[in-house]
Amino acid sequence: MDMTLHPKSSSSNSDSQAWPSQAVLDEIALSRAEYEMILDRLDREPNPLELGMFGALWSEHCGYKHSRPLLRLFPGRSSRVLSKAGAENAGAIDIGDGLALVFKVESHNHPSAVEPLQGAATGVGGIVRDILAMGARPIALLNSLRFGPLDDPLNRHLFHGVVEGISWYGNCIGVPDVAGEIYFDPAYSQNPLVNAMCVGLAPIDRLATAAARTPGNVLLLVGAETGRDGIHGASGLASRTFESEEERRPTVQVGNPFMEKILIEACLEALATGAVEAIQDLGAAGLTSSTLESAAKGGCGVELDLSQVHRREPGMTPYEVMLSESQERMVLMVPPENVPTVEAVFRKWDIPCREIGRVIAQPEAHVRDGNRTVARLPLRHLVEAPRYRLQGQMSAEQRERQRLSLADVPLPRAGPSEVLLKLLASPNVASKQAVYRQYDHQVQTNTVVAPGSDAAVLRIKGTGRAIALCIDGNGRYCYLDPYRGGQMVVAEVCRNLSCAGAEPLALTDCLNFGNPQRPDIYYQLEWCIRGMARACRALGVPVVSGNVSLYNESRGQAIYPTPVVGGVGLLEDATRHARSAFPEAGLLVVMLGGATSLPPLRKGGSGGISPATKGFESAWRVRASDLAGSEYLQVVHGRVAGRPAIDLSMEKRVQALTRQAIRGGLAASAHDCSDGGLAVALAESCIQGGVGLQGGEVFARLPRRWDAALFGEAQSRVVLSLKPEHLPQLARLADEANVPLRELGRTGRARLKLGRRLDLPLTEIAAAWQGGLERALGKDTGKGSS
Amino acid sequence: MRFGILVFPGTWSDTDCHYVVQDLLHQQADYIWHQQQDLRGYDCIIVPGGFSYGDYLRAGAIARFSPVMTALGRFAADGGLVIGICNGFQILCEAGLLPGVLMRNQHLEYRCQWTHLRTQRADTPFTRCCPADKALQVPVSHGEGNYYASAATLARLEEEGRVLFRYCDASGAATPESNPNGSLNNIAGIVNEGGNVLGMMPHPERACEPLLGSSDGNCIFQSIIDSCGTR
Repeated sequence: MDMTLHPKSSSSNSDSQAWPSQAVLDEIALSRAEYEMILDRLDREPNPLELGMFGALWSEHCGYKHSRPLLRLFPGRSSRVLSKAGAENAGAIDIGDGLALVFKVESHNHPSAVEPLQGAATGVGGIVRDILAMGARPIALLNSLRFGPLDDPLNRHLFHGVVEGISWYGNCIGVPDVAGEIYFDPAYSQNPLVNAMCVGLAPIDRLATAAARTPGNVLLLVGAETGRDGIHGASGLASRTFESEEERRPTVQVGNPFMEKILIEACLEALATGAVEAIQDLGAAGLTSSTLESAAKGGCGVELDLSQVHRREPGMTPYEVMLSESQERMVLMVPPENVPTVEAVFRKWDIPCREIGRVIAQPEAHVRDGNRTVARLPLRHLVEAPRYRLQGQMSAEQRERQRLSLADVPLPRAGPSEVLLKLLASPNVASKQAVYRQYDHQVQTNTVVAPGSDAAVLRIKGTGRAIALCIDGNGRYCYLDPYRGGQMVVAEVCRNLSCAGAEPLALTDCLNFGNPQRPDIYYQLEWCIRGMARACRALGVPVVSGNVSLYNESRGQAIYPTPVVGGVGLLEDATRHARSAFPEAGLLVVMLGGATSLPPLRKGGSGGISPATKGFESAWRVRASDLAGSEYLQVVHGRVAGRPAIDLSMEKRVQALTRQAIRGGLAASAHDCSDGGLAVALAESCIQGGVGLQGGEVFARLPRRWDAALFGEAQSRVVLSLKPEHLPQLARLADEANVPLRELGRTGRARLKLGRRLDLPLTEIAAAWQGGLERALGKDTGKGSS
Repeated sequence: MRFGILVFPGTWSDTDCHYVVQDLLHQQADYIWHQQQDLRGYDCIIVPGGFSYGDYLRAGAIARFSPVMTALGRFAADGGLVIGICNGFQILCEAGLLPGVLMRNQHLEYRCQWTHLRTQRADTPFTRCCPADKALQVPVSHGEGNYYASAATLARLEEEGRVLFRYCDASGAATPESNPNGSLNNIAGIVNEGGNVLGMMPHPERACEPLLGSSDGNCIFQSIIDSCGTR
């Protein structure tokens, strides 16, 4: 490869014969117009290495070309936010006691589509290093997964590979995997979504920075050798659609979780010496993005000598070294006099540690291979990727999809019991225990509420407090109405945190969309973000970090617009938390929230309150929007239609009341109504608690549209169980908060009975729910789960 | 008393064990780097869980060559108490301090779940504080915990009463359903001939606080402290 610096050619006209060819530009995912922009900025032609560096940094993955103007719409501040989104490797928030929580979610969709095990494994590894680069110890992993239906062998292959990859990598590094979600829909066939989130903990005064601010500081490259794997991962894989997966195999990285584990320990040990000024992980676009972005953040430049980079194989070109995405590597910026201290730490851990360059005052990237200059570019030109504000357009089909009236949906011939069993066994609703039991969710001994409830709860040792964590998305809602769907995703995350008893503090998001250059996709992207931002404001939670994954298409078909949101909440008292399981018999079960137009609760005599028993008819006021995008509509009627709705002010009140009930020790359990609606939520709480439920009078008067009442997914509803003596106090709080509260029944006996037409033994609903996923995978479950 | 907790590259239960011994049970606990060659002065050595050296070859197969393992052999031969948990059990088997091997789980999957353990005898330094009539609730988290030994070895282990813990159901019955990995005779933990080296797959250090779901694991650490105090 010719590495000399080309003068700008006399004719810069885009002639298909001229270098770079269209094939070269496609490889690095730059448009011809962007190439012209580079010529203008440099006033000369870039050499192939330089062009590759532009391609990497101007990729959507690193440069956020299409999304950055929209991402500004998210609120990013609160009294607890310590770092601005995008300013460092992950968002950080203050949780009190001088401690910071650091977290971020990131996608690894495209690598997982090509090689699911390594794709998912390195997705975990990558997000863990983002947290490590903040100087924090990783304390929890979460993941959000989406696949096509499991009856397709390719989707099963992807599913098994991804789960095994997460299990293999996550278990080895000793970070518990505490929460997640898994969905199946034809929209994700061959384009699975693999979003991994990591949460870290650090004393606030020990948070690290990625900014290289001091010229003269030495760049130490630590960790795995650099190999030829993953070249063009950022530009090639994540920045365009691809037809043939075989074509992309060499661009997938291979993980080494053992190296990751010792890298975590060694980096934290090195940071603790105080000898390190800045630290950065090598992720997408490897050495190029890590060193250049660090220098740009610190207002400095960087000089690299590639001959010093330790390599996996001989004969690698500077281009390959600069763009390799080999895993398990970090770069540390260290004052020269501190280098021996840092080197000693890595020697102890047997981890290679090499001086590969220096921070320089001149704001440029000067890349040498020994004494030969192979690239020299002003940093500004590289890190300021072009921004595109496109014009979105709602597709005509979307309007069509939104049309739905209850009259269009025939009442199913099967009765409520049969429908419930069918929904419980649907892989989207069924227990995911068969998956999460393959993940170590207890290591580090902080896990108070394990996977299976609405949110995980982890205690923070030495403080008496706990945090709650969850991750959620709903592509169907967003597909039907991006703006409302975006609101609903944020609302559900905060509701799940609230159901654990936690105050939602901050969010991280992963925006999974199709090709934004298509107006209908850009419309989805823009309006999902607007909807999410609106809900964030309404619920008072900032977005502190995130990631964008665009071009999620296979064979011309885009995935559902799928923003995935990870949430972090705080519990002041770790012992005051809730699970979704009904813990015992003899408890009252109530629903908070729901229909907005209920008559107010009537206060009874003797200080007690009789919950709105008069309001049943209006309680069951069902609307077409309840069925919009519901699991019921998909599973029973094979339709994805309608226009879901949410009332954010009701949502806020319901969540606040839920938290109040848990903190005050009134609620014995809490579970939100989501996929499958009220009946599924009640069934899950019964199964998890091993206790039945005897539905009260409210179920004796189901409306004619029992399907919408039992299985509709109206938002802002939470099911609580409580001791009967706590009801008056809860009802008073609900009244004050203007939240509808309805008595649903009492726990007890080994059956779920909701009126005359839904009456099933606990064993039968448990078998449907616990074995649903394994049956879909074609495994004979034989016995119930342990 | 003084606990030593071995740390190999890739160990991850070291801090969990340290927290239990020092913060919950108020005993002295030191981390011992795998290069260390002297274990004098310790009353009990914990070989904790994790993936030593990534377990890329065979669980525990590389860790057994660490310098500290020679010292551990001497420590055990001198009668010092050793408890190997999960990867620690695998390492002790690889090092020949315990008989048998831990094969891949029968269903070929990693499993992290709660199990119940039946304590087979209460007259050992590891179980003297364990309730005789109650199944202990302690979680497992491993991919290779399927205990196997030759028929002769197994018979000897049983005859000599060296099986200390067996997987069982909540009522204490060692049923096939309660066995999470396919171990022979539902074996969860065994001791050496001298009775001073215990290997167990379940993680008692994860079951020492009610907030985390169980404090049944405490009795194992309590037993060690108790027996060292009275020796």
